[in-house]
Amino acid sequence: MKQSLGNTGLVLQERLLWEKGRKGRSGFSFPKQDVPSAVLSSEWTGPGPDFPDLSEVEVVRHYTRLSTWNFSVDNGMYPLGSCTMKYNPKINEKEAGLSGFQNAHPLLPSRLNQGALQLIYELEQFLTAITGLDAVSVQPTAGAHGELAGMLLMYAYHKSLGSRRTKIIVPDTAHGTNPASAALCGYRPVPVKSNEQGILSVESIAQAMDEETAGIMVTNPNTLGLFEENLKQISEIVHAKGGLVYGDGANMNAIMGIVDTGKIGVDIMHLNLHKTFATPHGGGGPGSGPVCVRKQLEPFLPVPRVIKKDGQYVLSEDFPQSIGKLHAFYGNFGVMIKAYSYIRSMGAAGLKKASQLAVLNANYVKERLKDVFHLPYDRPCMHECVFTDKVQQANKIATLDMAKRLMDYGFHPPTIYFPLVVSGAIMIEPTETECKEDLDHFIEALRAISKEAEENPDLLRQAPFSCKVKRLDETAAARQPCLAG
Amino acid sequence: MRYLPHTPEDLESMLKVVGVKSLEDLFDVIPRDSRRTGNMDLPAAMSEWELHDFMSGLADKTAAGPAYKLFIGAGSYEHHIPATVAHLSSRSEFVTSYTPYQPEMSQGTLQAIYEYQTLASRLLGMEVANASMYDGATALAEALLMALRITRKKYLAVSSLIHPLYRRVIRTYLGPTGAELIELPRSADGTTDFSRIEEMPDLAAVALQSPNFFGCLENLSTAAGLIHKQNGLLIACFTEPLAFGLFKNPGSQGADIACGEGQSLGIPRSFGGPGLGMFASSMKYVRNMPGRLVGLTKDQEGKRGFVLTLSTREQHIRREKATSNICTNNSLCALTSAIYMASLGGSGLRDLARLNYDKAQYLQSALKKAGFKITFTAPAFNEFVVQFPSGFKTVHDRLLEKKKIAAGLSLAPFYPDLPDHYLLCVTETKSKEDLDALVREVQS
Amino acid sequence: MKELNELHLPDDIRYTDDHEWAKKSGDTVKIGISDYAQDQLGDIVYVELPQVGASFDQKQQCGTIESVKAVSEMYMPLGGEVIAVNPELEGAPELLNKDPYGKGWMFEVKPAKVAEYDQLMDKKAYLEMLKGLK
Repeated sequence: MKQSLGNTGLVLQERLLWEKGRKGRSGFSFPKQDVPSAVLSSEWTGPGPDFPDLSEVEVVRHYTRLSTWNFSVDNGMYPLGSCTMKYNPKINEKEAGLSGFQNAHPLLPSRLNQGALQLIYELEQFLTAITGLDAVSVQPTAGAHGELAGMLLMYAYHKSLGSRRTKIIVPDTAHGTNPASAALCGYRPVPVKSNEQGILSVESIAQAMDEETAGIMVTNPNTLGLFEENLKQISEIVHAKGGLVYGDGANMNAIMGIVDTGKIGVDIMHLNLHKTFATPHGGGGPGSGPVCVRKQLEPFLPVPRVIKKDGQYVLSEDFPQSIGKLHAFYGNFGVMIKAYSYIRSMGAAGLKKASQLAVLNANYVKERLKDVFHLPYDRPCMHECVFTDKVQQANKIATLDMAKRLMDYGFHPPTIYFPLVVSGAIMIEPTETECKEDLDHFIEALRAISKEAEENPDLLRQAPFSCKVKRLDETAAARQPCLAG
Repeated sequence: MRYLPHTPEDLESMLKVVGVKSLEDLFDVIPRDSRRTGNMDLPAAMSEWELHDFMSGLADKTAAGPAYKLFIGAGSYEHHIPATVAHLSSRSEFVTSYTPYQPEMSQGTLQAIYEYQTLASRLLGMEVANASMYDGATALAEALLMALRITRKKYLAVSSLIHPLYRRVIRTYLGPTGAELIELPRSADGTTDFSRIEEMPDLAAVALQSPNFFGCLENLSTAAGLIHKQNGLLIACFTEPLAFGLFKNPGSQGADIACGEGQSLGIPRSFGGPGLGMFASSMKYVRNMPGRLVGLTKDQEGKRGFVLTLSTREQHIRREKATSNICTNNSLCALTSAIYMASLGGSGLRDLARLNYDKAQYLQSALKKAGFKITFTAPAFNEFVVQFPSGFKTVHDRLLEKKKIAAGLSLAPFYPDLPDHYLLCVTETKSKEDLDALVREVQS
Repeated sequence: MKELNELHLPDDIRYTDDHEWAKKSGDTVKIGISDYAQDQLGDIVYVELPQVGASFDQKQQCGTIESVKAVSEMYMPLGGEVIAVNPELEGAPELLNKDPYGKGWMFEVKPAKVAEYDQLMDKKAYLEMLKGLK
């Protein structure tokens, strides 16, 4: 193969913040004390926090050094399945940094925030167009928050009909957030197994669905990267028993412009702006998890909602059936700006092309690796493909070892050990923004690793070699937690 | 499209490997009746340059320019943010990485979050802080749920001086749980009247905000004594953590959980989000805590390193029995606040808090001298309530329209029994001239 | 992971299908988890034990065992009252890995119905069940 991307460079050590500095330094430019010092009763005052005092240079070096210990999308390919680590366009960052957006106060009268409100209003319109559903609230601030909103909507809907349902169907391939969100609304998750093709069968849902069941939570495409082909029929069964269909839109990146979510019978769906709409993950947030619904559920959406009245955008609270507020203000506006910019840069054709290429890239990786890794579901996939370590287990090499070894080759490992239904899962989502040469390079690295698993398995068990640290003792961290210095 | 790298030759060779003829054929598994027939109804794609012109136009349609003098806080504060904070927190390596599930490749984020947890717990005087939550309101909702889990009781006493919008969020979260919320009234001095909590049955927790929505400091120690006698928890919420640079922090006053909004620590207001949900508690409750935690450990060679830990509390392992459904933190915001706290240092944070206090006090006295009533007498940090003469709304509107001055936030929509009362906020961003001008203008 | 022939399964104790073991001595029964269970869980980091004095029915959940990446519920092999718990596990959960049948015992029960003990699997039956799982 070509020369490995993985290499060694000069990795600088850096102490902890409080191991640095000297009392009396400062990294802050103080405004003038232009008012007299006021009286202050010592009854209320405290000693102030025990923080180190650092100069501006010390702060800059500290965080610059830390940053170099991270791998990121801007460093290289980051094929984490289920996470959609696509490229985050820089122009979107620039727009979100505009002073008019950054300095907007949320509690000024609407007429003084027209630009921000217009953006929210139009973004919600765009998301209805993309999903095929009827109304959207961008207030939820993360995917799991959107799921919670969706479950609260389902709860409010059934309550409005005077019924109290207690259960919800959750397939075994679901993200852990699904059952956790349902539980917050008092629903007991009823697990349903996927069939031998890796998708839900009509029969199993027909058997599980009853009038005590509020509905079903389905991720489509599912976490095996497969399209739930029977979803339309499943929706009909659920609807016939008075239930609702919740679509987890985490994997929307596979189907923009291709599938009409409304047509499949989905009633409620959340999206992840930080996956599908290219806003950066930020090392784990902030994200944004808009919730999209069919017309009959619109009255229940969170408030306030941005509406247009006499040519002005206003925040309206006039939705008496609303589930209420989910965030102190209107959600993660800073993230919305980036998603809005992305959609306006891509247009309808660009978004559809993105989905097509995401699916092409995943199928390409799948085809080129399936002779060396066990592929539990050998079918056309959507935006991600799932392998296992079954072949390499013969040499007592596990998914974890291969993941760690991939770091030495200069790639972030795929998602591992998820979905739970596949033992030793290796879940690869390349995304559309990776070019063919980089995919080829990644494929070659994984093929080389499978060879190493046979010829030099110990090498894999010791990996990684080139990172700042070797494998870390997670057991010790959990047995004697040290969570602050 | 510049983000999509595939050339026609790439497409041809890749489709061949996959064994299909066209991009459309990749979707053959999707039943016809699930497909979209027309195109998505979206505006035409813009070039980078068109987009920037358009977005700049939108951004200009907010009251955010330097000409505006906003004396409004109420959970979203204007503070000076050092250039280094924005610069460092926008480094690609932090911005475009994922949750640090692979610690060997994520030591930057992990150490930064461990340091954030440390700074947050020191600021709040608590033993352990998590890696952050969505915002102050959702952090409070999670704190109440945590108290219900720990005590297995049903009633929650919540101060009416907690941010009114936070109280709406907790109602949404607690709606389906069957927990009962009791609202605690206010005393004449602008603090919460919690004298009757002793008589309240089966209290899982008392939640107070300090400084409260009126800017006044609550006597958390007294409240802690009362609720602990009932084996309930004290939840101390906040919207302005800068106050703890100067005033006693929640931990030193007996709080079991401290939670709130950290936006004022170096994060722009950004129309209300993203913010930073800060969340801390005593170590004995850590296994009941929601959210991520970073812990210290060693690598195989004994070198210091950091990992996500105690993750069996979380949804990806415990599923419906998890401590929360939260799957993320506001990592980049936590990092931003840590850079801000590091820039200020302990001495700087104290001086800055003092400056906020002095300026707010200066404005209070000036308004008092001008004949306006400062409604509440309890000690306050950088916000306070003023009663203006009836009909002040016209003056308020005119100042906003003509002079670009926001003379506080009207309390009437939140507290109908306080008409003509306004919540004013003063931070270090306002000069003496700004304050003097405000006093002049509200008298005109 | 251990192969079946590498597992240590004492003859003088009983097993459950949730991989707990129970050992009778006099009129009390000691309870813990099997070698198979500790091997599947990996490094155990935290154990939540029932309260002394609490009573449980057979199969009722009575505790949890956490490893770094998994959490497993503990079910009562037989109904009864908890009369003692292993005090060392709180500070040293690794005892469950190192010595599951000895120093890693979890708690002791005074059984409500002795018949429930006799119905638990012996080594042979348990091994048969494990073969089915592999």
